[in-house]
Amino acid sequence: MTEAPAAALETVDVTCVFQVSQGLLRGSKPLRAVNGVSLKIPRGQVVGLVGESGCGKSTMANILLGLQRPSSGDVLYAGNSAAGFSRREIARRIQPIFQDPYSSLNPTKTIESIVSQPLRIHSVGAPSEWSARVGEMLDVVGLPRRVASSYPSQLSGGQRQRVAIARALIMRPEVVICDEPTSALDVSVQSQILNLLQDLKEEFGLTYLLISHNLAVVQHMADRVAVMYLGRIVEEADSDTLFNDPRHPYTRALLGSVLTPDPRLGVPDTHLGAVFPNPIDPPPGCTFHPRCPDCMAICRSEPPRPASDGGHNTECHLYGGAP
Amino acid sequence: MSGTILEVENLSVDIPVAAGMLHPVRGIGFSVSRGETLCIVGESGCGKSLTSLAVMGLLPKTARRSADRMEFLGRDIRSLREREMARLRGGSMSMIFQEPMTSLNPSYTIGNQLAEVYLRHVEQSRAAARDRAVFLLEKVGISSAASRLGQYPHQLSGGQRQRVMIAMALMCGPELIIADEPTTALDVTIQAQILHLLAELQREFRMGMILITHDLGIVARVADKVQVMYAGKTVEEGPCETVFDAPMHPYTQGLLRCIPIPGRTQRGERLGSVPGIVPNLVGELSGCMFRNRCDYASDACAGMRDEPTRMGDGHAYTCLRAPEEISGEPQAAETP
Repeated sequence: MTEAPAAALETVDVTCVFQVSQGLLRGSKPLRAVNGVSLKIPRGQVVGLVGESGCGKSTMANILLGLQRPSSGDVLYAGNSAAGFSRREIARRIQPIFQDPYSSLNPTKTIESIVSQPLRIHSVGAPSEWSARVGEMLDVVGLPRRVASSYPSQLSGGQRQRVAIARALIMRPEVVICDEPTSALDVSVQSQILNLLQDLKEEFGLTYLLISHNLAVVQHMADRVAVMYLGRIVEEADSDTLFNDPRHPYTRALLGSVLTPDPRLGVPDTHLGAVFPNPIDPPPGCTFHPRCPDCMAICRSEPPRPASDGGHNTECHLYGGAP
Repeated sequence: MSGTILEVENLSVDIPVAAGMLHPVRGIGFSVSRGETLCIVGESGCGKSLTSLAVMGLLPKTARRSADRMEFLGRDIRSLREREMARLRGGSMSMIFQEPMTSLNPSYTIGNQLAEVYLRHVEQSRAAARDRAVFLLEKVGISSAASRLGQYPHQLSGGQRQRVMIAMALMCGPELIIADEPTTALDVTIQAQILHLLAELQREFRMGMILITHDLGIVARVADKVQVMYAGKTVEEGPCETVFDAPMHPYTQGLLRCIPIPGRTQRGERLGSVPGIVPNLVGELSGCMFRNRCDYASDACAGMRDEPTRMGDGHAYTCLRAPEEISGEPQAAETP
């Protein structure tokens, strides 16, 4: 990739540490949910963030949304440090779409009230225009205008997710953080929502961070992909490069676990130990070494350093990460 | 076939609701043989879970079940009383549920919960139950199994809990396992491991398995036979390879076009979709229930009778379109 102008959203060496209580008298231990992550989300692109549960994906999302303050490091909005923005200003630029449309919509509010809430909070335009704005947004996300007076419980899962998208887009944000946007949906609905996200990106020039454990979805949507393991980004590359030439053994194992609908193949044996390490007490050296099929002596003692090769960043001793 | 474990014909479930009579399962038939995996695939509300509950006799109290035939190991289970059914369940027929979080009791140790099934169905020997539990926990890949027996479910990860559920389902050496979305709540890596494990155990113990899922990737990888359900009916069934290579029913074809497949769908390309929503199954229903979402629907579909078109080797679909009409078209789902 060539030198891009300031990314729409960028993290610089962000770390987020939680103190986890060990019991009544045993004090607490630090849990590094995000451990020195630098990630650029270029304007107009889709960046995919993948990894197993507990790897820090959702903490990253919260940090980017300004819902969680990083312990150290900085978040840059279009090149400007987060310190210069209020919570509300961040919300105007960045909006989330969450996984579960059953719990992310207030069941006691009408759809109109849910979708227009950002307008009320930011006092945009006259209240008399809000209803029309909601109507336009419902058109955009492909919902009939009559649902405006319905309640979430009267809508299907796919329709609810469309409401969540309408709410996220009504303020015309620059970046949308999609945290598992289709995991709770049926196959046929998933494809409709993915198509919609794709269309809206074109229409409004949006930038997406797509957090998902469904690698087929990420491959379909993302221009660039970052793989996260225990709070670190262990590999990052353009989508085609990463999927065609995965380097980190963890990325290879993740890709190997994807079940494509090919009846001639059986279930792959990933050789990946089942035990996800305890993030409070991460293994020494490379945190992936206890599960790694290519583990070497150095991996047990030295953490690998990031190595970059034309935009393909890998953090593994196999790829020149050695000191 | 001599190895048949379960045979079901024309199974229906009716549930009275405020608006009338709900018909979530409307005449399903299938059979499972020893060592065979049958995948029932469909979207939410198609009746796949109720079908499995109907087989296990675990339907809600208000539901009514009817079937022309339900034979488990050659025994008619339609008229079995609850006590006799309870003897089968957990014994020779066992079930793995979707949510390992909610299907284990949080206030008992896993050793206790594993032993309970054994003590109830096999023999009253705590030592034997313990040995069996340790043996199976090791089998399902849980390290230091003996020391795990004293742990509570919250001390295990999601993947480990699902392994415990599998071990529990195997405690009494079942002939048939019914797994309802066994990996939906898990990470991809753990999902692959669990499915790999299930396939291995199934081969080793020669069990029949009914796997219920909405994930076509899983179906393609583990199924011997596939049954696609829509609105309480089977719309297509057949050997796994045949159904994936040459899907005949418009719904099956639509589902296969909906999923992004690395290497086959291009980035940014629009995915296929099945527009519309699942029909309401309350009241009198007739004709093809897919007709309001189908690209090929015609007036005749409203009067369609349930007469599957049989293609040979067990492949059948319920649609008015003739095989020649369908196979002439290019299939997005074709394997290159």
